[in-house]
Amino acid sequence: MIKKVVVLLSIIGLIAIFMPMITQFQERENLNELATDYVNGSIHELGTPNVVTSVIVTYRGLDTLGEVTVLFLATVGVGFLLKGKSEDKIEISASELLETTSSVLVAMIMVLGIYIFTHGHLTPGGGFQGGVVIASGFLLMLLSNVNAKMNHSIMHFVESLSGFAYVGIGVTGLVLTVGFLSPKILPLGNFGDLFSAGAIPVIYSLVGLKVGSELTSILVTMGGEK
Amino acid sequence: MIPGIIIGLGVIMIAAAFAAIYFKSLLASIIAAGVISLLASVIYLILGSPDVAMTEASIGSGLTTVIFLFALHRVRKGKSDD
Amino acid sequence: MISTLILGIALLIIGFYAMLTQKNLIKIVIGFSIADTGTHIIIVSLGYLRGKTAPIIDNAVNAVNAVQEVVDPIPSALVLTAIVIGLAVTAVMLSFIVEMYKKNKSLSIDDYQELKW
Repeated sequence: MIKKVVVLLSIIGLIAIFMPMITQFQERENLNELATDYVNGSIHELGTPNVVTSVIVTYRGLDTLGEVTVLFLATVGVGFLLKGKSEDKIEISASELLETTSSVLVAMIMVLGIYIFTHGHLTPGGGFQGGVVIASGFLLMLLSNVNAKMNHSIMHFVESLSGFAYVGIGVTGLVLTVGFLSPKILPLGNFGDLFSAGAIPVIYSLVGLKVGSELTSILVTMGGEK
Repeated sequence: MIPGIIIGLGVIMIAAAFAAIYFKSLLASIIAAGVISLLASVIYLILGSPDVAMTEASIGSGLTTVIFLFALHRVRKGKSDD
Repeated sequence: MISTLILGIALLIIGFYAMLTQKNLIKIVIGFSIADTGTHIIIVSLGYLRGKTAPIIDNAVNAVNAVQEVVDPIPSALVLTAIVIGLAVTAVMLSFIVEMYKKNKSLSIDDYQELKW
């Protein structure tokens, strides 16, 4: 009984907290100063058509580095908690339909993932989305072929190498140009080309590889593969 | 037209949220939670953030559902009903 | 947009309600993920500007007066980060649940006295 009253009170409290947000809501008409600076800087200084990418990779680059670290810690945590025990393995054999289509589809899914993260500065998408698409390709491989063995050492190698290169690019920016993770260590190129916007596509591709390998290893561990 | 879409999507999302809470079967709850994420990606697209829409569609409704299902499979081992 | 703001707040409150009332551990995590989605919708709808479009410069958005034509890019970037972190946190919570199930063979929170309130 007391529990129900406490739940009811906390829900009413939450509604009371959010009520002013709804009643005093005014739709803004213009960007604030910070957003104006980011949009202008992204177009004129960095040459990146996708403003969200330039905010994630350059203006808030340190946050992204921290986020990739959190993702790494989560991967380590899941692997530590669920140390591969072979009796948990999923032992449903795949149907022939799944096996045949997956052999065709996996390569296409991988290519789509690579396309998404290399074009992160031109089109919607980027390292995180591309990494997730790659991880889902590995998931399809895992589901269609029960006996598949993931080569963990290659996955860990890709993950550590891309993380190391990410920090390395950051330090290079600190030495050669204005600051940590500055993309101006490479020439800016023509606005809208694939090889443009300095180091932004390189950094986002590294993030994509890192996220892809980390999520694949989370999926493999949760799926119970040894 | 756009407000109609948002109200329709919102009604389905809130219904799916209550379904996710009150369904007896855990499998059905997990799928209902995936439906919420999938419809949320359409809302992000209407709000002008295609990057977030892509992320939500692939992570929120794809990988999160798969991870829930893996955990459910591990927990359920040994008993077939529920 | 106010309709999406209300929708996000509703989802957040439903998620908290599920976290407070449900007994099943997996349902508590489902409630967490509903509340997560609600928070993301709130943040993105605060960054929306009426009648403006995505912050990507192409044929539809002119590079010269882009500032007048795009929505706020910062909430999008924050939410993009938050979604990925949400997946990682969910995975860690679920692996804790799997470990707890191995010890006690129960998914009900009533069987874990140290977690009861």
